[in-house]
Amino acid sequence: MKISKIIELLDATVLCGEDKIENEVHSACGSDMMSDVLAYVKEQAVLLTGLVNLQVVRTAEMMDMKCIVIVRGKKPGNEVVELCRESGIVMLSTEERMYVACGRLYENGLRGGGVKENE
Amino acid sequence: MSEAISFRFLIDGDDFTSAGNASVQVKKMLRQLNFDAETIRRVSVAMYEGEINMVIHANGGSADVNVWNDRIEVVLADSGPGIPDIDLAMQEGYSTAKDNIRSLGFGAGMGLPNMKRYSDDMKITTELGRGTTVTMSFFVNS
Ligand SMILES: Nc1ncnc2c1ncn2[C@@H]1O[C@H](COP(=O)(O)OP(=O)(O)OP(=O)(O)O)[C@@H](O)[C@H]1O
Ligand SMILES: [Mg+2]
Repeated sequence: MKISKIIELLDATVLCGEDKIENEVHSACGSDMMSDVLAYVKEQAVLLTGLVNLQVVRTAEMMDMKCIVIVRGKKPGNEVVELCRESGIVMLSTEERMYVACGRLYENGLRGGGVKENE
Repeated sequence: MSEAISFRFLIDGDDFTSAGNASVQVKKMLRQLNFDAETIRRVSVAMYEGEINMVIHANGGSADVNVWNDRIEVVLADSGPGIPDIDLAMQEGYSTAKDNIRSLGFGAGMGLPNMKRYSDDMKITTELGRGTTVTMSFFVNS
């Protein structure tokens, strides 16, 4: 799915990374607990979250993610958006709640991708 | 690189906004050194969890990263309260984090298990009231 399709499905606003919205992403995850993201995610490219702090961006960067979707219309501060821009990650904001946002993307074919690493 | 390349970071325990920044820097440096993406991710995720732990549980500390061709070592040392029961702390879901930490997205009790999973070897030495040192080793994919 193209990031531009996510924008359309969630009626989202682009906060940074406008030049990358035609990139393809293949899986997503939704969580407000960063350690869960770091534990269970393998190749997810999209993170949906209700948090808006700097660690959300750093967590996504650690996992080589391509796009962060802030749900429930929360507004991240400028420094959060700036860090995200520097990290080369697209940041979107949607008014939808977590459950609905995840459901809509799933329904349109964006799946959960890999599971917990067991090494 | 038969000699190690070493980096040292001081982790500020009073400033949550900068927590995780040292790991971001390490990730960038490992990219410049041309390590493979999987190794870089394992090292940086494990260090990131450890770095956050030092900020939320131990009021900061230091991180030393030693890099060889075939191996990377991360040593995280703090002078925090120590860990009373390491086996318990290693269990998935065990956390002493308070609600204010949870509202920041941490405190799931997954950090130490993640660090163990992503590293090839992990040792914890800890003394109550004195501090904790976590040493993680990673073998580079070849
Ligand atoms: N450096 C440390 N100093 C003192 N206590 C620690 C340290 N690191 C971890 N702990 C203790 O071990 C527990 C488990 O750590 P772990 O990283 O697994 O979970 P967490 O930090 O509470 O939550 P999460 O990592 O999921 O955000 C912590 O809640 C804390 O009590
Ligand atoms: Mg932790």
